[in-house]
Amino acid sequence: MSTVSTSLIATEGLTRDFGGLRAVDHVDFSLEKGEVRAVIGPNGAGKTTFVSLLCGRIPPSEGRIRYEGRDITRLPAHRRVALGIAYTFQITSIFANLTLFDNVALPAQKHLSLHHPGGSIRDYGMAALERVGLADRAEEQAGNLSYGHQRLLEIAMGLAIHPRLLILDEPTQGLAEGEIARFEALVREVAQESTVLLIEHNMDVVMNLASRITVLNFGAILAEGTPEEIRANEAVQAAYLGG
Amino acid sequence: MHGGVIAALVVLGFVLPEYHHGAMARILVLAVFALGYNVLFGYTGLLSLGHAMFFAAGLYGTGLAMQQLGWSAAAALPFGIACGAALGLVVGVLALRTIGVGFMIVTLMFAQAGYLTSLYFTEYTRGDEGFTIPQAARAIGGLDLSNADTRYLVAVALFGVAMLLKLWLVRSPAGRVMVAIRENEERTRMLGFDPFRYKLMALVVSAAFAGAAGAAYGVLFGYVGATFASIQYSILPLLYVLLGGAGTVIGPLIGTVLMFYLVDFTSSLTSAYNLVVGVALVALILVARKGILGTIRDKWARWIP
Repeated sequence: MSTVSTSLIATEGLTRDFGGLRAVDHVDFSLEKGEVRAVIGPNGAGKTTFVSLLCGRIPPSEGRIRYEGRDITRLPAHRRVALGIAYTFQITSIFANLTLFDNVALPAQKHLSLHHPGGSIRDYGMAALERVGLADRAEEQAGNLSYGHQRLLEIAMGLAIHPRLLILDEPTQGLAEGEIARFEALVREVAQESTVLLIEHNMDVVMNLASRITVLNFGAILAEGTPEEIRANEAVQAAYLGG
Repeated sequence: MHGGVIAALVVLGFVLPEYHHGAMARILVLAVFALGYNVLFGYTGLLSLGHAMFFAAGLYGTGLAMQQLGWSAAAALPFGIACGAALGLVVGVLALRTIGVGFMIVTLMFAQAGYLTSLYFTEYTRGDEGFTIPQAARAIGGLDLSNADTRYLVAVALFGVAMLLKLWLVRSPAGRVMVAIRENEERTRMLGFDPFRYKLMALVVSAAFAGAAGAAYGVLFGYVGATFASIQYSILPLLYVLLGGAGTVIGPLIGTVLMFYLVDFTSSLTSAYNLVVGVALVALILVARKGILGTIRDKWARWIP
């Protein structure tokens, strides 16, 4: 593993059991700085569990996680956010009763308190809304947004942290075609400054965005490589076709 | 607007007839209790059924320090507030390991333990009967706190300070995190905030307000008794807040005034006044689910803090 020196986050033997079910099974995974990595796999392959272990929402049963060379296996989730790991939820998890601005003000407040004490929450929050095109609706109640716009707000909350690693869990689920194009442009822009880890079902989005792809099946890594390599991989085809 | 509320309260002090003047001083002290309850319940989303213990901690902290140790009111008052906050810290560290119904039950149990403790040490507390603080001791500097006019103005001052502190808190960055925890705790955690820390802070602030109300009650009205540690005084602040509007700054005052006079008025008509009060509360919840000020805010005036 000569790549250790440049890897942003890496796991060794990462495992998570739920009762008798092994959702993630001894995964050795490494993500390089600046990558856009897609994690794909059939339903129930353990994708969400895997990224939840990375961001600390759930603790692993076995194995270790290193982030920038530092062991973060036991670090609570909120402390990992402070290190620059942001997670956006698969099931939209916004503050529905608050305004759009208040939704992004909270992560902006976190970012500023860590890196720019004295910075304006309004400026940083509005900049995050600007990036997803929702700035003109800042004072509306978030719960009144359409589903697609709620997904974008969810991403804006992740961006407002200015993360070094942005983990997106099925961000395009339920988005319309036009919204997906906008989302792809946004991820390309974000990738200039952050490393992106993306769980995605839409294969067009994966092929358009990802520099590398990791395929999970039954909680283990089935294959890993460039989009071309994955497209040509027979084991991946078999897993997807159920062969 | 909040300055206006305080000004109106001061003016009321000069125009109210004697009976209502005294009642209003009592209401203002109880409203401080309700303001504190609202910090925890209305803003942070934690429903405690044990706030009587924090009120009683302030009441007994101040009362016993004066009665047994001969402290002056000026020293015993802050001591009572500190007692409330300290109890809040200890109970919070333990009770905040639970959530939802568990939290309600654990706070209720702690409060019952507190109530029984106050009865157990009857030698000092005089139990249900309680004890009075001598009129001579109830003075700070040159202010005679047993004088009705002084008492009223001190109550207004206490309420004003408590209200402004609360306004400052809910508009501060920490206040934003508290509201976020109420709305969606898991999301707040994944934005980098430690929910436990903020919930504990809210509980300690809330308990300090309750302690301040208890301490002020002892000094202003000169009576310290175990009734204030009973379950009734855990439920009352919840009703004040629900009635006035959870998550609003002034709502708890409105709720306290209405609840106080509702009980006052109906109990003069019938001995079954609790039934009347209950029916009135049910009716209000059916018509205005978010309490009086909360409903007004939703329908007509979104700017109300």
